[in-house]
Amino acid sequence: MIDLYTRRVAVNRFNLVMSLATMGFGMFFLLWILGVLFYQGFTALSPSLFTQMTPPPGSAGGLANAIVGSVLIVVVATFISTPIGILAGIYLAEYGKSGTIAKSTRFINDILLSAPSIVIGLFVYTIYVAEVNHFSGWAGSVALGLIAVPVVVRTTENMLLLVPNSLREAAVALGAPMWKVILMVTLKAVRGGVITGILLAVARMSGETAPLLFTALNNQFFSLNMNAPMANLPVVIFQFALSPYDDWRVLAWAGALLITLTVLVINILARSVFRQSAVR
Amino acid sequence: MNEEATQQLVTRPQAAASTLPPAAPKMTIRNLDFYYGKFQGLKNINLEIGERRVTAFIGPSGCGKSTLLRTFNRMYSLYPGQRATGEIMFNGRNMLESRVDLNMLRAKIGMVFQKPTPFPMSIYDNIAFGVRLYESLSQRDMDERVEWALTKAAMWDEAKDKLKQSGMALSGGQQQRLCIARAVAVKPEVLLLDEPTSALDPISTAKIEELITELKSDYTIAIVTHNMQQAARVSDYTAYMYLGELIEFGETDQIFLKPKRKETEDYITGRFG
Repeated sequence: MIDLYTRRVAVNRFNLVMSLATMGFGMFFLLWILGVLFYQGFTALSPSLFTQMTPPPGSAGGLANAIVGSVLIVVVATFISTPIGILAGIYLAEYGKSGTIAKSTRFINDILLSAPSIVIGLFVYTIYVAEVNHFSGWAGSVALGLIAVPVVVRTTENMLLLVPNSLREAAVALGAPMWKVILMVTLKAVRGGVITGILLAVARMSGETAPLLFTALNNQFFSLNMNAPMANLPVVIFQFALSPYDDWRVLAWAGALLITLTVLVINILARSVFRQSAVR
Repeated sequence: MNEEATQQLVTRPQAAASTLPPAAPKMTIRNLDFYYGKFQGLKNINLEIGERRVTAFIGPSGCGKSTLLRTFNRMYSLYPGQRATGEIMFNGRNMLESRVDLNMLRAKIGMVFQKPTPFPMSIYDNIAFGVRLYESLSQRDMDERVEWALTKAAMWDEAKDKLKQSGMALSGGQQQRLCIARAVAVKPEVLLLDEPTSALDPISTAKIEELITELKSDYTIAIVTHNMQQAARVSDYTAYMYLGELIEFGETDQIFLKPKRKETEDYITGRFG
C-alpha cells in the first residue's frame, strides 16, 4: 500500500519535472529571440523611422514608405479575404454541414491553411505578375488575402458551430428565412469570435515575406500606387538584414521589432474582443 | 384509482363536470407517422387541436410529445433525415405537403422552447425582430406592439425601463417570458409551447401558467409538459402519449378523473413503469 503510494508520488514528481524542463527549454529560446529582437530593435528605434524613406546604403533614413506600404497591402488583403472567408465559413457551418461539397471544401481549406506561403506567392506571380509583366501592391494583397482566407473560413465555421441549434430554431420558429437567421441572429451571436479570427488572420499576414517577394517586391520611394511595386516591411527586412551595410541592418532590426509589436498588439486586441463577447 | 389523490391533482373547481363548449378544430391531424431516419418516432397519430383551447401533451420522456409538436410548425424540416407522412390540416391545407411556404407557416404557428433563447440583441429588438419580418410598422406602431406583447407576457413592468438592454442579461424566468412575448408579438394563430417552464422556478412558472390561461382567449395553444399538475391546471384537453403512440385523448378533466385506458391511469397516478 505504502509502496504503491510512494511510487505514484515519485512518478508524478518525475513527470512534473520533465514537463517543466521541456517548457523551460521552449521558453528559453523564445525569450532569447525576443531578447535579441528587443535589444537590437529598441536601440534602432527613432522618430525618423516614421518620417523618412528607406535610404541608399551609407545615408540616414527610415522606414516610412515600407510601413505605409505594409499597412496598405494588408488592409486591402483584409478587405479581399474577409468577405470570402466569412461567406465560405457560413456555407460550411449553416448549409453544407456534412455534405460532400462541404467535406471536400473543408479538406482543401485545411491544406490551404498549412500551405507554405512561398507556394502561394509563386502562384500569384505566375497567374498575375508574370501576365501583366510588373510587380504590384495589388498582387501582394491578393497573395496575402489567399493566406488569410482559410484562417477566416476556419474560425468563422468553428464559431458558428458553437451557436446552439436552439437559437437557430427560435429564429426559424418566428418565420424568419434562413439568411436572416444567419445574418441577424447566429452571426451576431458570435461576432466577437469572427472578429477575433479576422484579427488573427491580419496578424498572420503582417509577418509574411515570401508571398510579397514574388508580388509587391519593393520600392525605394514612397508610393500609394497599388498598381506599382510597393515597399513593405517584411521584404525590406529581408533585403536590409542580408546586406553588408550596418545602417541597413539597424533598420532591419527596427522593422522586425515594429512587426512583432504590431502582431503582439493585434493578439492582445483579439483576446480582449473574444473575452468581452464571451462574457456578455 | 384513488379518487381523492386525483381530486387534489385537479385544482379547478368545476373538476368533474364536462362544461366545455365544443370548439372548432384549428388543426386536424390524421394518420401522422414520423421518422428519424429509419426509426419511427410517431405512429399513426389522429387528433384535433381545438381553436382557442389549450391542449396538453403528457407522457414519459421519449414518448414523442415534443416530436409531435415539432411537426405542427415543420421544425423537423430543418434536419435532413427527419420526415413526416400523413395529414396536418391547418386553414384548409395539408401542412406536410412539400410546396407549403414554411416561413409563412411558422409565422402563423409560433413556438416557445424549453430553454429560454433570447437573441443577442436588445429586449426591444428581440420582439421587433419577428414583427419586422412580416409587417412594416412605423416607429410609433412598433413601440406600441412591443409594449403590447410585453404586457401580454406579464413582462412590461419589469422591462419598460430597460428596453435597450440586452435580452441576454435578464434572469431565466424573464428570458422565457421575453420569448413568449416575442412569439405573441407576431400575432400567430397557434402557439406551441415545448415544456416552457421546465427550466424555471415556481414563481416564474406560476406567472407563465397565468399567462397561458389569459392567452387562451385569443390563441390556440398546444403545450408539452412533464408536470401533470401543470397539464391539469392550464389545459382544456389532454393527450397521453407513450412510445410514439397517442394512447388517450380527451377533455382534461375526463383524462385525469376517469381515464378510459389502464396505461393512462397508471401514468397519472404515478404507478407507471
